[in-house]
Amino acid sequence: VMNDIISTMFNKKFMEELFKPQDLYSKKALRTVYDRLAHASIMRLNQASMDKLYDLMTMAFKYQVLLCPRPRDILLVTFNHLDAIKDFISDSPGILNQVDETFRRLIETYNCLSDGEFQLIRQTLLIFFQDMHIRVSIFLKDKVQNSNGRFVLPISGPVPWGTEVPGLIRIFNHKGVEVKRAEFATAGNYVTPQREGSFELYGDRVLKLGTNMYSVTRPVETHRSGSSKNLASQAKENIAPNPLAKEELNFLARLLGGLDIQKPSGETGFRLNLFTTDEEEEHAAQTRPEELSYKVINIEATQEPARRAELSRILGELDVAEPRPGSAEKGEDLLALMDGL
Amino acid sequence: QAAWCQLPARVLLVLTSQRGVQMYDSDGSTMVFWHALDVPELPAAHSVFARGIAAAGGRFVCVGTSFGAVLVFDVPPKGTNVTLSEVLEQHRDPITDMAAEQGQAPDGAGDLVTADDSGTLCLWSSGEEFTLLGKIPGSGCSCSSVALWNGLVAAGYGNGQIRLWEAASGRIRAQVSAHARWIYALDLAPLSGKLLSGAEDSFVHVWKLSRNPDTDDIEVQHCHAECVTDTQVCGARFCDPAGDTFAVTGYDLSEILCYGPA
Repeated sequence: VMNDIISTMFNKKFMEELFKPQDLYSKKALRTVYDRLAHASIMRLNQASMDKLYDLMTMAFKYQVLLCPRPRDILLVTFNHLDAIKDFISDSPGILNQVDETFRRLIETYNCLSDGEFQLIRQTLLIFFQDMHIRVSIFLKDKVQNSNGRFVLPISGPVPWGTEVPGLIRIFNHKGVEVKRAEFATAGNYVTPQREGSFELYGDRVLKLGTNMYSVTRPVETHRSGSSKNLASQAKENIAPNPLAKEELNFLARLLGGLDIQKPSGETGFRLNLFTTDEEEEHAAQTRPEELSYKVINIEATQEPARRAELSRILGELDVAEPRPGSAEKGEDLLALMDGL
Repeated sequence: QAAWCQLPARVLLVLTSQRGVQMYDSDGSTMVFWHALDVPELPAAHSVFARGIAAAGGRFVCVGTSFGAVLVFDVPPKGTNVTLSEVLEQHRDPITDMAAEQGQAPDGAGDLVTADDSGTLCLWSSGEEFTLLGKIPGSGCSCSSVALWNGLVAAGYGNGQIRLWEAASGRIRAQVSAHARWIYALDLAPLSGKLLSGAEDSFVHVWKLSRNPDTDDIEVQHCHAECVTDTQVCGARFCDPAGDTFAVTGYDLSEILCYGPA
């Protein structure tokens, strides 16, 4: 399952599309990509577990982006993600190579960006996550999140690399010579950092954000507060018809369209349940407020000749390990295939 | 961004975004003017936006862009006939912020300062044609916000530092390790010389700037600190010209917090 999901995620064509300069996906589009990726193997999740998994991923990522000491550290967080992923597939050289390719591409594209550019990226991501306050039990337990769903921002610890510990005022005369030093006190309790994290393919990232939250096994629950006014407005945003959604989703179909996805047979497939029992999962599905459900839009087979040609071209260029079953109209078949999953 | 531009004859509300610049009447009811940025057909590798707003010379509204250019708009006392009077091209990095002189500028100090992502500061004298009076090179750290008072430039940086520069000479006069994270906002109270700084570290600080007219000595004193628990401060502004009260906004915060004397 790990191999299938990771090799799907790091598919060369998909990555090429992702690296093209583009606007951030809408919430619906992101959820759709996530659903497709989560089902890229024989593993299945039903609606309740899928929702829970997505909520968990969303809040974990929001936490990581929010707490980055420097804007540039979002790249270190990404490298932590990739390091962990490489660990999962260390036995599969083919997939490992795919991940390393992406790693190199990230280094090439992002290492040279300025702090201001990274802050812009970070601000764009933070706007996406604004007003999301789903409570995650692993975060609540570790005192990383408050009971109102907001993250704890520590005012102690190492300052970011390149920042000085607050407290010093230096005065210079008109010739540029330092003439006075003074100190001021605050509630914060900061220290100097030891060293900077590595931005190379291999290295100590130093930053812990983005490392495996589950290196210690614990139960994970997510709670959505139904009484929050913010959630109501967020729910409205989810329901309101988005005329661009279909366009985005057709585009996504193109991205993931070239993948050879096997339909699970009765014996070899398995279902992942993120709750402790089947009954709990069923109950969660029934009690989840209607307005908070993620509605996934069905993709219609496109009739545009340009689109179909594009899909066929991508397919033609794909390097597929196994011979795919014969199919005359590739374009329409793929979309129908994705729809049927 | 949004800013009030106070001109002698009128007050305009100016907004900047990825589309360009919009100017509204002071009650927000009418859009007086809009200027669209040239957005390329295909998304380029770099984001396009307008950022940095200041009223200068009693007549101009200046707006920065992601290209590094500063657009100077000539605003008539009444009506919608706003025209693009000049484009200043001295910055090579996206503009972050700009500020007009809020006190009395000494000779040669200029009345406008513009800042960019590389930390470079430009000092200008406004007029029919703007004149570049000086340039303070950046050291690679983004200057996220800037204020200008009595010929002193107060600059807040992405690494949490506040620096005071002499506008006329370009010399550094003070360096404060003020915050542990990116500084988002600086504001100045012209009647008292109080400086407000807000940053992602959850802290808001009030400083007092002063300059001895005889010795030309600069002083920076720390007056007050507030910690807005678990909030990354994004906006901070004095609510009165003496700086006795101030308001704060933050990420994920739907409230405006107001602080005043006990």
